[in-house]
Amino acid sequence: MESFKKITSIVTPLDKVNVDTDQIIPKQFLKLVQKSGFGKFLFFNWRYDEQENKKSDFVLNNPNYENSQILVAGDNFGCGSSREHAVWALLDYGFSVIVAPSFADIFFSNCFKNGVLPITLDQKLVEKLLQETGVIEVDLENQMIKTPSDEISFEIDSYQKKILLEGLDDISLTFQYGDKILEFEKQSTVPSVL
Amino acid sequence: MGKTLFEKIWESHIVVEKQNSPTLIYIDRHLVHEVTSPQAFDGLRQNNRKVRRPDLTIATMDHNVPTTDRTLPILDQTSSVQIKTLEKNCKDFGIKLFDIDSPNQGIVHVIGPQLGITLPGTTIVCGDSHTSTHGAFGALALGIGTSDVEHVLASQTMWLEKPKPFEIRVEGKRKNPHAVTAKDIILSIIKNIGTSGGTGTVIEYRGEGITDLSMEQRMTICNMSIEAGARAGLIAPDEKTFDYLRGREYTPKNYESLVDSWKEHLKTDNDAKFEKEFVLHIDDIAPQVSWGTNPGMTCDVTDSVPSPDEFSNGDPNQKRGAEKALDYMNLKSGTPIEDIKIDRVFIGSCTNARLEDLIEASKVIKGQKISSHVKAMVVPGSQMVKKQAEEMGLDKIFINANFEWRESGCSMCLGMNPDILSPGERCASTSNRNFEGRQGTGGQTHLVSPVMAAAAAIHGHFVDVREMDLS
Repeated sequence: MESFKKITSIVTPLDKVNVDTDQIIPKQFLKLVQKSGFGKFLFFNWRYDEQENKKSDFVLNNPNYENSQILVAGDNFGCGSSREHAVWALLDYGFSVIVAPSFADIFFSNCFKNGVLPITLDQKLVEKLLQETGVIEVDLENQMIKTPSDEISFEIDSYQKKILLEGLDDISLTFQYGDKILEFEKQSTVPSVL
Repeated sequence: MGKTLFEKIWESHIVVEKQNSPTLIYIDRHLVHEVTSPQAFDGLRQNNRKVRRPDLTIATMDHNVPTTDRTLPILDQTSSVQIKTLEKNCKDFGIKLFDIDSPNQGIVHVIGPQLGITLPGTTIVCGDSHTSTHGAFGALALGIGTSDVEHVLASQTMWLEKPKPFEIRVEGKRKNPHAVTAKDIILSIIKNIGTSGGTGTVIEYRGEGITDLSMEQRMTICNMSIEAGARAGLIAPDEKTFDYLRGREYTPKNYESLVDSWKEHLKTDNDAKFEKEFVLHIDDIAPQVSWGTNPGMTCDVTDSVPSPDEFSNGDPNQKRGAEKALDYMNLKSGTPIEDIKIDRVFIGSCTNARLEDLIEASKVIKGQKISSHVKAMVVPGSQMVKKQAEEMGLDKIFINANFEWRESGCSMCLGMNPDILSPGERCASTSNRNFEGRQGTGGQTHLVSPVMAAAAAIHGHFVDVREMDLS
């Protein structure tokens, strides 16, 4: 995984609550067997009509937000299905920061495995960011969002921060505890399936 | 201070615990399916890693599989590739696979318990959010993403922030337990606590309203924990649990000694503390019907579609969400639920496609025909459920009523196979999600119990099943 760098970008405002992973990446696109190429299907049913023409009223089709790397959304972002394809689609499209007042648990956890930073902020601050038209900077190292008029600090678990900043592969990290896993298995009384 | 059931299972699975860091938890059972696993196996190959414990891992194909004649080739090439990829991955990595022709094939959350693979006190994961189903057996069962699937395949562990214990007590007795079902209980809970009410928690369902339920009904409850945003949901095991698992194909040989140990350990202590609590009284609850685009947007069958103001309680974001939902669902506030006409009926999914669900639904339709403008299908949760139902003659009851009787799979719960709604079609569905486009782009889903779905099929619109004789 690549290490997470400082992000400087305009904000894409997606002013909706309960954005579920079925909306982020509809089921018809889950049949690919690789992780790449999902970006063109991101928010597919909101981006395109039945003839696959772009819907002009959807924010991703507004040319002002092209190349934005920061998505700001409402409460409970990423709820529903555990599909990691949702994070792959956001990342492949170009988003590496998602800001919301709250996230669904599985989606939140999936973000860190792919170098995407989910930031939980107070509702009022999210509302301000939804209105922000200038370029903002997201600095993970210092846990700070700088807007043209404001500096907003954010919280993040120190372990998750390290994973993102160093681009660590958590399976390699876990293998360092191989002896502990073996020790656990020796005392476990749970029978095998087969 | 005492401990909750969740805390006991958690503590007995800690491999590494550090301050200000997630905990490394051991996983006893890993269930794998075709949609969320290919990238995980690829990751193993790229890094020359093996599956650490193939003997704790099982796989089946459920999401993509056609529910029509299995002797015919799969027409959808991308589905076919995904299914073949799972076959190859299981062969290469030595994982037991219940393939498309196996008598044990079915929705992974239906077959785990049916085969005795799901056990009390264990940790169970699967790359599927409805893994919470297995919590009905007193297991800590978690839905995970594909990166964690790879992590568990490689290490049989995963890093997890400890969720908070949340007690939901279900008190009272239903007056008509055939008409007011487990589905109505869990939809009532989600209606009250909201779709993020359980975020960051593991719910333990307790109380007379829960212990009264059969194992299959308890699975319906735990299944939808994720729709309340919870990391998992569980129920303490009791004699019903132990009886259900006794003598199944993969039930462990030393089962009775395990039961003795479970009886002693797998319960919440009297002085344990939950961080959150909610109580639902069920004496007077009605059958539930969802009207919107998430499972929290639900009301009694005797209600009318609410206005966005009524629904949102002054929250402007929720109000806009409700407006959008009504627009998508093509519904007007104030319309009585019983006046809503439906085009399709789907009885299926890991929520409601077990034998009891089919038995209950069959009572509603026996000797009747579905409405002439309705298309209806039954998709049993597994091939074993299908076979048992056929031995009881349920297939004939459904077929005689003009239902289609299908092979098992996830089917129209998420429409990854050809079973989908057309744009504008309205469906009474026993599944778990009414998200926009979930059952097909532009399709409109109303979540209901199997008896409510069956009654809607007969009448062509929603009806209150409490007025029927279902005993």
